[in-house]
Amino acid sequence: MTTLTLDNIAVGALEGVNLSLHGGEIVCVSGPSGSGKSRLLRAVADLDPHQGTVVLDAMQQGSVPGHRWRRQVMMVPSDSQWWHEDVGAHFEPEQRKLPSALGLPPETMDWTVSRLSSGERQRLALVRALARQPRVLLLDEPTANLDEDMTRQVENWLLEEIRTRDLIVIWIGHDIGQIERVASRHYRIQGNTLEPVHGSH
Amino acid sequence: MEVIDLAWWKLALTALLVLALAGVSLATRLGIGRSLLVAASRTVIQLALIGLVLEALFASSEFYWIALLALVMLLVAGREVMARQQRRLRGVWAFGIGTGAMFVSSFTVTVLALVVVIGPQPWYAPQYAIPLLGMMLGNTMTGVALSLDRLNESVWSQRSIIENRLMLGEPWNQALEDIRRHAMRSGMMPSINAMAAAGIVSLPGMMTGQILAGSPPAVAVKYQILVMLTITVGTGFGTLMAVSWGSRRLFDDRERLRLDRLVHQKNQ
Repeated sequence: MTTLTLDNIAVGALEGVNLSLHGGEIVCVSGPSGSGKSRLLRAVADLDPHQGTVVLDAMQQGSVPGHRWRRQVMMVPSDSQWWHEDVGAHFEPEQRKLPSALGLPPETMDWTVSRLSSGERQRLALVRALARQPRVLLLDEPTANLDEDMTRQVENWLLEEIRTRDLIVIWIGHDIGQIERVASRHYRIQGNTLEPVHGSH
Repeated sequence: MEVIDLAWWKLALTALLVLALAGVSLATRLGIGRSLLVAASRTVIQLALIGLVLEALFASSEFYWIALLALVMLLVAGREVMARQQRRLRGVWAFGIGTGAMFVSSFTVTVLALVVVIGPQPWYAPQYAIPLLGMMLGNTMTGVALSLDRLNESVWSQRSIIENRLMLGEPWNQALEDIRRHAMRSGMMPSINAMAAAGIVSLPGMMTGQILAGSPPAVAVKYQILVMLTITVGTGFGTLMAVSWGSRRLFDDRERLRLDRLVHQKNQ
């Protein structure tokens, strides 16, 4: 079974973060804005200098080149970026099939990026990340730009993918309803540490 | 053909024309009169001084004096490259990368042109070495400065894109490839354009000067071709080195984008 271990991570104001996650598990992290939620994800993805160690199974964060680590431990930012002209150019040719659950028509791949709404970008960013076959997903408010119905659809699709691919997920969210629906465990940033929220199982 | 020397008082006549231009600028409130006069005075003083230096240098022809002048030229060019970047690397890197790239490319190409192509005796004869190095450094400086400025500016403005590409597991040089290409282009374009326009749109200054000084046009043309080709090669390799060293420095050993290594300098 895949295991991701965060040992004594310190980044920004946050310190002493210890977490152990297993495949298929979703750990939700909430906290006031500016408390360092995104920075925690960036540290796990090794995008910011930080203290402490992160280990995925036998692979230690510092022991492989950064890009090989991030290929396995993939962060999806809340505002995704698109640098090619066309949507399809961001995907490998064999990855261009869109899951029907996301409500995106198949011809989306031929659209220009400028035509996408923020909600469409957000859904496509999830598809793009999953297509690259990571083992860990770091999701920064993955449904922030979606309406209620679409949020539910994306949640269900994500839960299904996470279960079948046995992914490890750290999910930043603020909607307590969503956290109750998706989280295996829930932590909140209190001051400068991460504390488990009781009542979550 | 004898070279007609210019008397200083005749040059003063041209200076009067500049004064007239400054006067017009003052009268019409163009606001460039002051900088025009300062720049014109700098030209006169700097060139007069370098004339004295070259006279002395040509008389002595000692290698270490030539090397010293070359070093001074390199350091001034390095400072200029640094000053022309709005965002530049913190610490000695901005100076070091630009100067290093110019040193490796300009000096190699100049020495190569001297030893292999022109072949004066000795190879460092100042009549050949100093003008050639000067042109090489001047153009490489422009290329290196433009490309580094473009590189740092684009990395800054496209930081979210670069980071998103890193998040998706791309190696740092792949996440940066478009920016590197554009930076290289903006450094190389002036010399490519100059080569394309040479002889048709513009008569290059070096060749014109040589012809004015009495050299047969056929010889002047050959020197001009040599200079333009070597300038392009020098600028190209200099830009290539500066861009690859500069972009490497923008990432650390974990392939993280390190914008904290850039500082912004206010418009001079």
